[in-house]
Amino acid sequence: MLDSEFMRLAFATGAVVGVLAPAVGFFLVQRNMSLVGDGVGHTAFAGVALGYLLGVSPVLTALVAAVAGAVGIEWLRARHRTAGDQALALLFYTGLAAGVVLASTAGALNVDLFAFLFGSILTVTREDLVVVAALGTGALAAIGLLYRALVGVVVDEEGAQVAGVPVAPLNVLVAGLAGLTIGLSMQIVGILLVAALMVLPVITSGRIAWSMRSSIVIAMAIGLASVFAGLTIAYYADLPPGGAIVLVAAGAFVVASVAEAARGRVRR
Amino acid sequence: MIPVAELEGVSFAYRPGQPVLADVDLVVAENEFVAVAGPNGGGKTTLIRLVLGLERPAAGSVRLFGESAHRFSRRETLGYVAQRARIGGQGPVTVREVVSAGRLAQGGLLGPLRARDRAIVDAAIADVGLGELGDVRLAELSGGQQQRAFIAKALAGQPSLLVLDEPTTGVDAASQESLARLLDRLHRERHVTTLYVSHEFGAVESIVDRLVLVRGGIVFDGPPRTLPSEWHDPSHAHARQ
Repeated sequence: MLDSEFMRLAFATGAVVGVLAPAVGFFLVQRNMSLVGDGVGHTAFAGVALGYLLGVSPVLTALVAAVAGAVGIEWLRARHRTAGDQALALLFYTGLAAGVVLASTAGALNVDLFAFLFGSILTVTREDLVVVAALGTGALAAIGLLYRALVGVVVDEEGAQVAGVPVAPLNVLVAGLAGLTIGLSMQIVGILLVAALMVLPVITSGRIAWSMRSSIVIAMAIGLASVFAGLTIAYYADLPPGGAIVLVAAGAFVVASVAEAARGRVRR
Repeated sequence: MIPVAELEGVSFAYRPGQPVLADVDLVVAENEFVAVAGPNGGGKTTLIRLVLGLERPAAGSVRLFGESAHRFSRRETLGYVAQRARIGGQGPVTVREVVSAGRLAQGGLLGPLRARDRAIVDAAIADVGLGELGDVRLAELSGGQQQRAFIAKALAGQPSLLVLDEPTTGVDAASQESLARLLDRLHRERHVTTLYVSHEFGAVESIVDRLVLVRGGIVFDGPPRTLPSEWHDPSHAHARQ
């Protein structure tokens, strides 16, 4: 399998995505914003369609659209006091509608677009890998440096605000990282399924973790394992990688739930 | 001496024509322990949100340590325990992780906590009686213990003003009184000016210096012993004896 260059590129890109997606998703899940990734994914779809229409890289336009969409959700939530789910719904449907209209106008409602929606092993290039590795490493470094501050805001946002912690910039940072992650992950996992890789490993790790720190580390490990296992299954079974990766992540949730239940029974 | 908090002619409304507070005057002096009580919807939480600079008054002025509350420059000196419903901590967060969040403003945002900050966090956890439970998940603790963890978080910032909003919600009567004794001890030992906001003030009636009753404005302000008998909270009558 690894004799093929496209698989080596998919695995290398997937390694970054598998670690980054749950690391960013962790802070969304803890703030009950698990579905933000879905809304931002739909904005990325509009970005891909815009790329086709303008004749520029759809990956680049999707990346810009995803970051703008994520920051837009945070802005609506924080400044206009719009309920989180309403801000999300607004973005979700507008992004999808804009994507369909733009893709149709560009004459791109075809197989290429399908690859972006559900992921494709064949689409990752060396240039893509360089971009994903550079931006992904930068995003992980930002999370590592600001981990304590980001957890502090998750634990008690209002308390942090009262104490003078720059809560709004930290929230915008998380939103921007979410958009970046979706833009970087969509080729491997697909726009429609990338949010699942941000959320499922985190929900799973929450079942077995003993602290916030252990939870984020376990989530990143599950994300990485899900990507590697999903890509392998996709290669041998000729399946879209996004579906295979997310089903592996869902399987991990079932295993963790059984382990949690067994641990509870032992304690009783 | 400059008052810790000073409200002068303050009015506030979330929607035009529906005032929550009208013409409020209040001065909180250094080292006072003040209970702010009143019915739900009476404006208690709004009052302390104004004090903390989280809301701006429609009329009047709010000052913290002599500065405009909204533009207060020494926010790291404020400790705030928000209503439980406004606080996270439903995930796998441990007591130590919660309390460590209280050192953010002092310890800086980047990298891990320094040894000195970690020692302050451990001391705050021990001070509220959770010394053995530092590495336990918050979700595994009782409601009263969870509130102690968030009080420890506020204390970890070594505040000059400690504000607690409905700290006894969802906590049984025995735990409420235990919490009140803890706050009384912390107030005496640490000399922290304390604002305790709750619709149930019976647990703290015997220990606070002043009771302020809020119902769209301030309807009573004085020592609890001067409160008309029919206004006392009957649920903690034994605590006053």
